[in-house]
Amino acid sequence: MSQETPLLELRGIRASYDRIEALFGVDLVVNQGSVVALLGPNGAGKTTLLKVACGLMAPSAGDVLYAGKRVNGTRPEELARRGISMVPEGRGIFPNLSVRENLKMMTYTGVSLSQVEEIAFERFPRLAERSRQLAGTMSGGEQQMLAMARGLATNPAVLILDELSMGLAPIIVEELYEIVAQVARSGVSILVVEQFASSVLGVADRAAIMVHGHIVRDGTPQELESELSNAYLGNQPERSGGNK
Amino acid sequence: MDKFLTFTIVGLSTGAIYAIIASGLVLTYTTTGIFNFAQGAIGMLCAFAFWQMYIAWEWPLWLALLLSLLVLAPLIGAFIDTAIMRGLEDTTEVTRLVVSIGLLVGLIGLANWIWKPGISRNVSPFFSGHYFSLADTRITGQQLITIAVAIVVALVLWLFLKFTRTGVAMRAVVDDRALASLNGARPNRVSMLAWAMGCTLAGIGGILIAPNVALDAGTLSLLIVNAYAAAIIGRLRSLPLTFLGALILGCTEAYLSGYLNSTPNLAGLRLAAPAILLFIVLLVIPTSRLRGRRQSREFFPMPSWSGTFIFAAAVIFAGVVLATTLSNGDAVTYAKIFSVGILALSLVPLVGFAGQISLATLSFAGIGALVFAHLGAGGNPLALVLAFVIPAAVGALVALPALRLSGIYLALGTAAFAVALDRWIFNLADFDIGPLHISLFQLGSTEVAPLNIFGYSFNTPARQMILVSVAFALISICVVAVRKSAYGRRLLAMKSSEAACATLGLNLVGTKLSVFALSAGISGVGGAILGTQLRSISPQNFDFVSGLPVLLLTVVGGIGAVGGALFAGVSLMGLLPLISLLGVFFAKVAGLLPGIAGVGLGRNPNGTVHDMRDGFESIARYRPAIIWLAIVIPAVWILRLAGIYGNAVFFPLLVLSPVAAVTFATLKIGGLEQTPTVDEIPLEWKGFIEPWKSSDVIELDMALGMNEVTLHVSP
Ligand SMILES: Nc1ncnc2c1ncn2[C@@H]1O[C@H](COP(=O)(O)OP(=O)(O)OP(=O)(O)O)[C@@H](O)[C@H]1O
Ligand SMILES: [Mg+2]
Repeated sequence: MSQETPLLELRGIRASYDRIEALFGVDLVVNQGSVVALLGPNGAGKTTLLKVACGLMAPSAGDVLYAGKRVNGTRPEELARRGISMVPEGRGIFPNLSVRENLKMMTYTGVSLSQVEEIAFERFPRLAERSRQLAGTMSGGEQQMLAMARGLATNPAVLILDELSMGLAPIIVEELYEIVAQVARSGVSILVVEQFASSVLGVADRAAIMVHGHIVRDGTPQELESELSNAYLGNQPERSGGNK
Repeated sequence: MDKFLTFTIVGLSTGAIYAIIASGLVLTYTTTGIFNFAQGAIGMLCAFAFWQMYIAWEWPLWLALLLSLLVLAPLIGAFIDTAIMRGLEDTTEVTRLVVSIGLLVGLIGLANWIWKPGISRNVSPFFSGHYFSLADTRITGQQLITIAVAIVVALVLWLFLKFTRTGVAMRAVVDDRALASLNGARPNRVSMLAWAMGCTLAGIGGILIAPNVALDAGTLSLLIVNAYAAAIIGRLRSLPLTFLGALILGCTEAYLSGYLNSTPNLAGLRLAAPAILLFIVLLVIPTSRLRGRRQSREFFPMPSWSGTFIFAAAVIFAGVVLATTLSNGDAVTYAKIFSVGILALSLVPLVGFAGQISLATLSFAGIGALVFAHLGAGGNPLALVLAFVIPAAVGALVALPALRLSGIYLALGTAAFAVALDRWIFNLADFDIGPLHISLFQLGSTEVAPLNIFGYSFNTPARQMILVSVAFALISICVVAVRKSAYGRRLLAMKSSEAACATLGLNLVGTKLSVFALSAGISGVGGAILGTQLRSISPQNFDFVSGLPVLLLTVVGGIGAVGGALFAGVSLMGLLPLISLLGVFFAKVAGLLPGIAGVGLGRNPNGTVHDMRDGFESIARYRPAIIWLAIVIPAVWILRLAGIYGNAVFFPLLVLSPVAAVTFATLKIGGLEQTPTVDEIPLEWKGFIEPWKSSDVIELDMALGMNEVTLHVSP
């Protein structure tokens, strides 16, 4: 599936929150139509890297390239309009807007409301039933579906997902990743961050492990599977297997 | 019953105006997080512009309306957003408030510049001569159109926010600004639109209210205190509640003025009614959530004792120099540098350390001056103690209701208090409370005797000058002592995170109350001293609007340090009068400067003194510069005393010699190397940036006001 043309490329990214450095020169490439999984323990800097990628945070050094163009300092709303769609950590929804109004906010990327509704309601029929409800009053899973709907309905070129699984039942996580896999098959490039590796490694073409603001390992999911325990459990190479 | 209906209609139409203005306030507050104190002033400006076009130039009504509401107001809004408010990210609530107060003061200054005050300007009521009857009650065309406009505004706002994508985006930005941009909405444009709409709403309110009042910049800007109260009823969030609140307040005000008999003392009450209602609203609305820590780029270093004593000595020296060189008239003028400086000092612990805000400094000063005038017969210094104690007690009382609330509410509460004092209390005739005979300004002005310590009377301008400079120096030292005490650390901890302090069992209300009382007390003393300088005091000396520049310039100077207070005194009572001497044009510029300085605060929230101090620190490190100053300044002064030259030569020399020393020293040692000291690492980052040390535990405890000894005895 993956043609070897980079669509989103991060080169030597460094970033810090005031004086706390979070990233120390990170390189990461997302090729056209491929799924890249970014794994790593809490506080590794994964979210920070995604923020840099979608323009929410400016890197202190390094370059962000999108479709071959340097986009450092481009505002996140411009990147969103150009096809970088990020579903942030936590619930990527507006809690005080109704479901319908949340969907309306998705039309800034150029799709019409009826199109958005069609795609979202087809994929998540539950949202249709709740279209007048305040988004913040829905269950966690429903909220995450709404957040995902933006990724699906706005025809992004790159979909960036931060911890879809957070606080959700395994069955719903499975469901969501099933959808991620479908989206990937339709040709969208995906960069996905996840703590629980097994769910995401199934759909990823490539994976990278990040620890302490460095990418420590990079390869195919199979290659990485065994490395993972090291990253999470400290350097105990004799242990092997997933992180469960 | 007829009367009741008439009053109700008056109330509804006033309430309608409040509702329009308040809805603009809520709109900008929710979308940008900035409470726009200048909302009324923007309405005022639009009303003046409308008057200019419609009445003075006799342009057609529709053109005047179009230009003032759909061109001028949105432009003001867009300008405020892009030029002023964008720079306020990562600043504290105090800074944001001060910027909008700067805007208020600046706009009043601007209006007074363009439209010379004191000339009567009137806008005739819209549709005057048209009446409608409702059960024997006449409704004027003006009243009807006002109510109709409010209904239209409510409807349009509701439709806009509910059904247009931009309206939805406006609410989305409130929910989560970052997420809104991830959706592709442009938050900056949304804020700009919110400002433009907010200003247009202010403009509509201003124009509608114009026929009911004489156009005066100050009055018109403050007439809408009730609009603020309405917005507070809506908890700065809900538009329907805001509208409801506005109508209730409008009616209450109408009934009050309708049914209260007009004895002289109660007439003032009617003027003060909006402020009092605001105060009551603050009392009854539910407590707001405690603030967590907000990342801010504001930072005030710990003062050192040596630096403080040098500062105090320099202040007293300056007082002596001024006393010996200025003519009597000038000495009277410029001695106010120090008395206003004391008022500014009162803000340092309150605003700078504790992060609370008060807009009533000058009111407390007024109380202090009154206390001294009436109880300090013959200049008895003991009355100075009372001039501290009584304002402090009043201050505690005033702060009590607003303390459970966050900064904006406290600011509004103190503003309401100041306005009520202004419009009502200070203008009361003598009255009795039981056996107590209370006498205020006696409906005019009151004499204040000069201070008399052990038979030595400070009755000449030169003696006054030295007295106030010494008082300023002493109070500065006290303020620094507060900063360095455990209590001062508690204040700072409270400023950093109220939530954290509450969790740790710090008594927030007690701490706030005490610092508020302390501040009011210092203001009282400052006011008493100011009173002895003025000789005769009247309510105008202590009115609300005149007090705002003191706060503005102290914050601009650097509210976290005593130097900021001196900056306020010097610039308000030293530089501005000097600039005004240059001519009429410059006098007008001087009127604008405090506002401009306040508005510019967003660029440098740490204050000017912070930067100046860096310069002086380089002197301290370069010995030849100290020696140079120690020789040149006394020499320059002695030559002046000997009559070699006059003040025209002396003062430039006096100012130039330290400037030369600073420049030279900075060139010589090449500025300061920026070495972050331990103090500069924020507490919650201890252990992250550097390894955790046992001294950090102690520092943490101290910052939180906990007793480290009892808590960390190892078992
Ligand atoms: N707003 C912030 N201010 C200060 N430091 C921050 C901020 N956000 C993150 N950090 C710090 O940056 C580092 C990286 O955080 P980041 O959120 O990128 O980690 P993460 O890999 O996404 O972790 P998790 O798996 O828990 O979500 C952490 O040490 C964190 O404490
Ligand atoms: Mg994360």
